[in-house]
Amino acid sequence: MQLTPLKARLRRFFTPRTVVIGVPMLWLIALAALPLLLILQISFAHMQITSVSSLWQWANDELTLKFNFGNYLYLGDDPLYFAAYLSSLKYAALTTLYCLILGFPFAYFISRAPVHLRAVLLMLVMLPFWTSFLLRIYAWKALLADNGVINNSLIGLGVIATPIHMMHTSFSLTIGMVYAYLPFMVLPLYATLVKLDGRLLEASADLGASPFKTFWLVTVPLSKRGIIAGSMLVFIPAFGEYVIPELLGGPTTLMIARVLWDEFFSNNDWPMASAVAVVMILLILIPMAVFNRYNENTKS
Amino acid sequence: MAASLPTSEQSVFLEINGVSKVFDGVVKAVDDIHLTLPKGEIFALVGSSGCGKSTLLRMLAGFETPTQGRIFLSGQDITQLTPYERPVNMMFQSYALFPHLSVWENVAFGLRRDGLKGEALRERVDAMLNLVKLSKFGRRKPHQLSGGQQQRVALARSLAKRPALLLLDEPLGALDKKLRESTQFELVNIIEQVGVTCVLVTHDQEEAMTMASRIAVMDEGRFLQVGTPDEIYEMPNSRFVADFIGNVNIFEGVIDENEPEHITVQSPECTHYVGHGVSGPTGMVVAVAVRPEKIQLAKTRPQTPYNCCEGEVVELAYFGAHTIYHLKLASGMVLKVQEANRTRDLDAGLTWGDRAYAHWDNRAMVVLTE
Repeated sequence: MQLTPLKARLRRFFTPRTVVIGVPMLWLIALAALPLLLILQISFAHMQITSVSSLWQWANDELTLKFNFGNYLYLGDDPLYFAAYLSSLKYAALTTLYCLILGFPFAYFISRAPVHLRAVLLMLVMLPFWTSFLLRIYAWKALLADNGVINNSLIGLGVIATPIHMMHTSFSLTIGMVYAYLPFMVLPLYATLVKLDGRLLEASADLGASPFKTFWLVTVPLSKRGIIAGSMLVFIPAFGEYVIPELLGGPTTLMIARVLWDEFFSNNDWPMASAVAVVMILLILIPMAVFNRYNENTKS
Repeated sequence: MAASLPTSEQSVFLEINGVSKVFDGVVKAVDDIHLTLPKGEIFALVGSSGCGKSTLLRMLAGFETPTQGRIFLSGQDITQLTPYERPVNMMFQSYALFPHLSVWENVAFGLRRDGLKGEALRERVDAMLNLVKLSKFGRRKPHQLSGGQQQRVALARSLAKRPALLLLDEPLGALDKKLRESTQFELVNIIEQVGVTCVLVTHDQEEAMTMASRIAVMDEGRFLQVGTPDEIYEMPNSRFVADFIGNVNIFEGVIDENEPEHITVQSPECTHYVGHGVSGPTGMVVAVAVRPEKIQLAKTRPQTPYNCCEGEVVELAYFGAHTIYHLKLASGMVLKVQEANRTRDLDAGLTWGDRAYAHWDNRAMVVLTE
């Protein structure tokens, strides 16, 4: 008899709504939040040959908390880290910029295409996802290598005598990144542009704005949300990108994810690697949070 | 030297000369339209959707190029000019206000494109907002305004550049009925105050009649009739126009007598005695149109053999100011009658199932041949 209230309470708690929200929530807690907390904890520890030191000790009825800030301080000491962070920021920013420049007209023309063509064009944007990401990046190697498709064709046509060196340069890295992330820019841009009311563009023209002015004064401000969403979808993963720099980048294009990998798996210094990861997350998270806050304020 | 009289050339402000628009090589949206407007006129294009009125308006704005014909504005050929090169501004259907700009910036948008800045810009925008009584709302965004206020912002924006020609696309379409009526007069007042020549498009005949000095009724890309509101209403030239503008009862008949001062038309329902200047050969097939409000109802047979028929009240709708009766005649035709409620008792004293006599004046009807 005493169980009934509990049963009732459970039934009230496990509504379809809580289950639908709860399952992915648990998933995220277990596989994203907890590992992140672990990383945060490890970043304040020492490396002890094969294990990391514990942050607390219980001895003589005393709880001792020991936080090691050495890893973080060392990040500032060695210019390698700073250079790698900066390089990651640079390539992520460049990738975002190029994706925006290429993706905007792309998304614009899809959104203005006849309705029956839009689905086909969108399908084409998503077509690369049908092939493995790794394969597609490897394919770029075949294209860009000194004896790759592009160089061989150009030499065959007599345009150049010696191959142009493209692989393992910032050029090959940027091309690979832009190629891989372009769809993530196009899709949110398309979603906002397709909702853009054509009569606003006509109103702008009617009031004396040239097509360029109309684009700048009406189309761009009204697709701001799409630009922001697309830029975040490109910038965030590009900042931490590991595979593309590894396969297409060269010695001059050291990015932070590579450093992170080395700290974890070559140097086996987990606390140091964790500190690198924490700073990397903060570097993205803080500007995003400030930006979102600002955006919310301007909306209301 | 005598002052030169304005020639017809000078008094023509807008000239539409044989304009046609064909879409996809087959669909003739606008078919050989000719029209001239003097400066300052408010002109309305009415018709049901798909009649070509919007396409014609869009060709005036420059959003569509005519397949044939030319458009002249104060003598200048503007047919090939882009929208942003024309001294023409449009108030769009449901307004198309820029959602990301304040009311003030919406009005300033066109002026800024002309390079107006600083004090001059501020003065003009403030004057426009004053004109539409929205001075206090300059900082608001369009979505923070009511429908009527948005409509006034749209008007201010389209008038700000002092266009030579103002185009209105369904100007009151997005407002509810009560607001419509008050806004109609306000809109006309402002347009007349500014003195701009104006072409408006509407599917609402009442809106066209209250706002415009002349109306063109359009169907299938052509003008069926162009005239003042009362000409269109009282002297429609075709069944379509008679039926489109207002309500009408149409009797089919043949001309029976053709005398100098009258004709009679024999139809199954009654003999029509038409007393105004129409004539036609005996035996000609015609239609006689009578507006519902020109018909009176009586319980007893009126002392006249003409313009009178008997029927049964099958439908009755009380509208307050007037009552609509549907009278079923022996021929099966249902006659629509509108009686003004001049006293607080229902004047005719009729109800469902009553027999009644309908009759009308010999100047009440229009004889249509088409």
